[in-house]
Amino acid sequence: MSELLKPGDAAQVLEAVRWAAASEKPLEVLGGGSKRGLGRPNHAGHRLDLTALSGVSLYEPEELVLTASAGTSLGEIQAMLAQQRQQLAFEPPDLADLYGGDGEQTIGGVLAANLAGSRRIKAGAARDHLLGVKGVSGRGEEFKSGGRVVKNVTGYDLCKLMAGSFGTLAAMTEVTVKVLPAPEKTRTVLAFGLADEAAVAALAQAGGSPHEVSGLAHLPAAVAARSAVSYVNGANAAVTAVRIEGPAPSVAHRTGALREQLAAVGAVEELHGSNSAALWREVGAVAGLLPDTGAVIWKVSVPPIDGPAVARRVLAEGGEGYYDWAGGLVWLALPPSDDAGADLVRGAVAAVARGGDGGHATLMRAPEAMRGAVEVFQPPIPALAALQGRIKEAFDPLGILNPGRMYP
Amino acid sequence: MRMPEPDAQVLADRAGLVEALRRIVPGEGVIADDIELRAYESDGLTAYRQTPLAVVLPASVSQVAEVLRLCETRGTKVVPRGAGTSLSGGALPLADGIILGLGKFNRILEIDYENRAARVQPGVTNLAISQAVDHQGFYYAPDPSSQIACTIGGNVAENAGGVHCLKYGVTTNNLLGLEMVLLNGEVIRVGGKHLDAGGYDLLGLLTGSEGLLGVITEVTVRILKKPETARALLIAFPSIDAAGDCVAKVIGAGIIPGGMEMMDKRATEAAEAFCHAGYPLEAEALLIVELDGPQAEVDHLIDRVREIADGCGASSLRASENEEERLQFWAGRKAAFPAVGRISPDYLCMDGTIPRNRLPEVLTRIAELSVKHGLRVANVFHAGDGNLHPLILYDANAGELAAAEAFGADILRLCVEVGGVLTGEHGVGVEKRDLMGVMFSEEDLNQQQRLKCAFDPSGQLNPGKVFPELHRCAELSQMHVHQGQLKFPDLPRF
Repeated sequence: MSELLKPGDAAQVLEAVRWAAASEKPLEVLGGGSKRGLGRPNHAGHRLDLTALSGVSLYEPEELVLTASAGTSLGEIQAMLAQQRQQLAFEPPDLADLYGGDGEQTIGGVLAANLAGSRRIKAGAARDHLLGVKGVSGRGEEFKSGGRVVKNVTGYDLCKLMAGSFGTLAAMTEVTVKVLPAPEKTRTVLAFGLADEAAVAALAQAGGSPHEVSGLAHLPAAVAARSAVSYVNGANAAVTAVRIEGPAPSVAHRTGALREQLAAVGAVEELHGSNSAALWREVGAVAGLLPDTGAVIWKVSVPPIDGPAVARRVLAEGGEGYYDWAGGLVWLALPPSDDAGADLVRGAVAAVARGGDGGHATLMRAPEAMRGAVEVFQPPIPALAALQGRIKEAFDPLGILNPGRMYP
Repeated sequence: MRMPEPDAQVLADRAGLVEALRRIVPGEGVIADDIELRAYESDGLTAYRQTPLAVVLPASVSQVAEVLRLCETRGTKVVPRGAGTSLSGGALPLADGIILGLGKFNRILEIDYENRAARVQPGVTNLAISQAVDHQGFYYAPDPSSQIACTIGGNVAENAGGVHCLKYGVTTNNLLGLEMVLLNGEVIRVGGKHLDAGGYDLLGLLTGSEGLLGVITEVTVRILKKPETARALLIAFPSIDAAGDCVAKVIGAGIIPGGMEMMDKRATEAAEAFCHAGYPLEAEALLIVELDGPQAEVDHLIDRVREIADGCGASSLRASENEEERLQFWAGRKAAFPAVGRISPDYLCMDGTIPRNRLPEVLTRIAELSVKHGLRVANVFHAGDGNLHPLILYDANAGELAAAEAFGADILRLCVEVGGVLTGEHGVGVEKRDLMGVMFSEEDLNQQQRLKCAFDPSGQLNPGKVFPELHRCAELSQMHVHQGQLKFPDLPRF
């Protein structure tokens, strides 16, 4: 019989995991379930729903720190931060349109998936903002790591390990995150009509400037046409976007300098306020910018300069894509196929790899059967796979937490 | 300092070990001469010394792998070492172990400006990376004060910080990739020039693991374009409270300075006497706030911080008007440790982190502890991120080391009590090892050791560091399943 376990506090989470361990019943660990479509299909019979672990227990704006129960809704936290003109600087994207469903993102879910938006290039990923964590391991034991201060090297950094582990090591019960001031002003400079390679070269130049850019994206013409921002969809051309954030006088100065830099390669335009915010929201949300006709969607992370070469190889037979992270993050939509295009995409990533440092490709959206048939996450080399297996065993020797979500 | 009991068998066959090491690393790469070994008997924490069995300085990844395999087979312990600048004893040798020195791994392998990355060997110094990219206007952000000498491999092992990490992050936030060798000789690469490699975040886990998980043989770091300009404010306050208030208000105003440092009266006096930086000696607390970025931003923020400082009752305030003046403001702070070294025969540098707003209270209690232990203390503080460096002044020749250590332990307990941690950037090593129980429960520490077992099941990599009690992996992996207790009546089910 399948059960839904909905603990109301950390002690009940402990009890639930102990029950599962004692009876060797695998658990699907989840928050709002908004990203259930990410990862390999979960066959756990029982669900451990953490959304009742909710609430912010500590928020000290001047200390730049916030502690919340893992199931607290991200929206609630963001609203609280906005009141103090602060934010989660890693810019967690809202993937609701990518996965459908009405589940609300939780802070624990965002961290467990280590998702970050366009500001990743400047501010780091979710993993860089997780200062402390409490959780229950698959052994049915409570543990904590980190703390509430930014500078901390006391013991192994288990926060990094929890971020991106998709609930396969522990059920997080409480997290402490670093928060940062929201920018006083934001501007986005657009350049029109650049081919992918030229665009990524321009983004590299902007990223290598002293102007502390906080977003570097490129949308080929067909992708730009789907934007809801009129300056972007009306361009009838590819759109390259550079975001500048900070105090007003600084933003004015840097925007001017970057406009000049980009004007050397194409026509430019400037987005303010809500248009700028809308564009970067779309870039993070993915679904609205890519064709939705049953496409499978891949996320590829490579050295930024290699983005266009990967995209060209993958898209030779059809499909569409766009770039974030200065070209280093490539979102690809492919027509459905037997292997979801896994060989094609991973082959293209391998082709640009040099000296053993390739990139990686994650199958972000595909029908469930396909996600069960191909590797969703980049398959590691055998020595690394064995090490990851031993790490999993160190936390969850019985394999009861989200079994198979990351690797078979 | 209590260290793991040396293995008599390993001690007995030192000659055999040296011979086997020489077969892997020929010539001068193996040091076994007792006098030459003395150079390796301690690291930056000079209070503890131990001669290792031998020192091996491999020159290639395959030599590192072979040395590790040999040690695994022979049951020999291995202590990895970069430049040996650790302040926590991370590279303190073991009587029945070798030092594996990475000094020959001193090449910069690749600089890639387009991808804003540099791939270097672990023995390259922190500063050398910045120097190698300086001509193109780039730099590597983390800047520990030992940056002239300390190596990037050591920085990774300790997750080193520096004065600019409030804005630019510590080592872990500035790494892109690593290559490491496990004790069994397996070579593993994680990350690269791309971001957020899939799978478990081994890059993050290895950073700050203090040489207990693997030996790092290559590091890829992110490089940044240097800010257009930087200016500093030198602000004096009549009380620690007022200075702390100013720090909180600067951050509360949404300003993240490039650096924000505080010194108490004793540290200020010592620094001024040492290098005549022009510090106001009447100040109870001195604050250096550095803003960096475009000129327009820096000038704007200097004015805002000036207003905030005035509102907090600053007794004097100077803004640097040129680069020379900015460096002069910093000169005293950067020389604070040697300056304190001049006013005392010996000093211990502590490294706790506290929530910033507890600073006045913590400094008051440190002053009380100073009276209790009969030793003076000077306080230097990375005010922006709460990392406190109390310098305990003592005289080892007068038998004051034990009192200084007890004072230090009290300070670290205090840091944990107010919501902080034992170490912000120096590492646990042997120095804070026995205090780990103040911050972590036995279950917390057992879980960390289970991770070590995943990398080093025989416990041969740098044992005796970080963990106060060592357990066998077989013992740690046992589970006490609560059989027969399957009801769990309180659990909400649907």
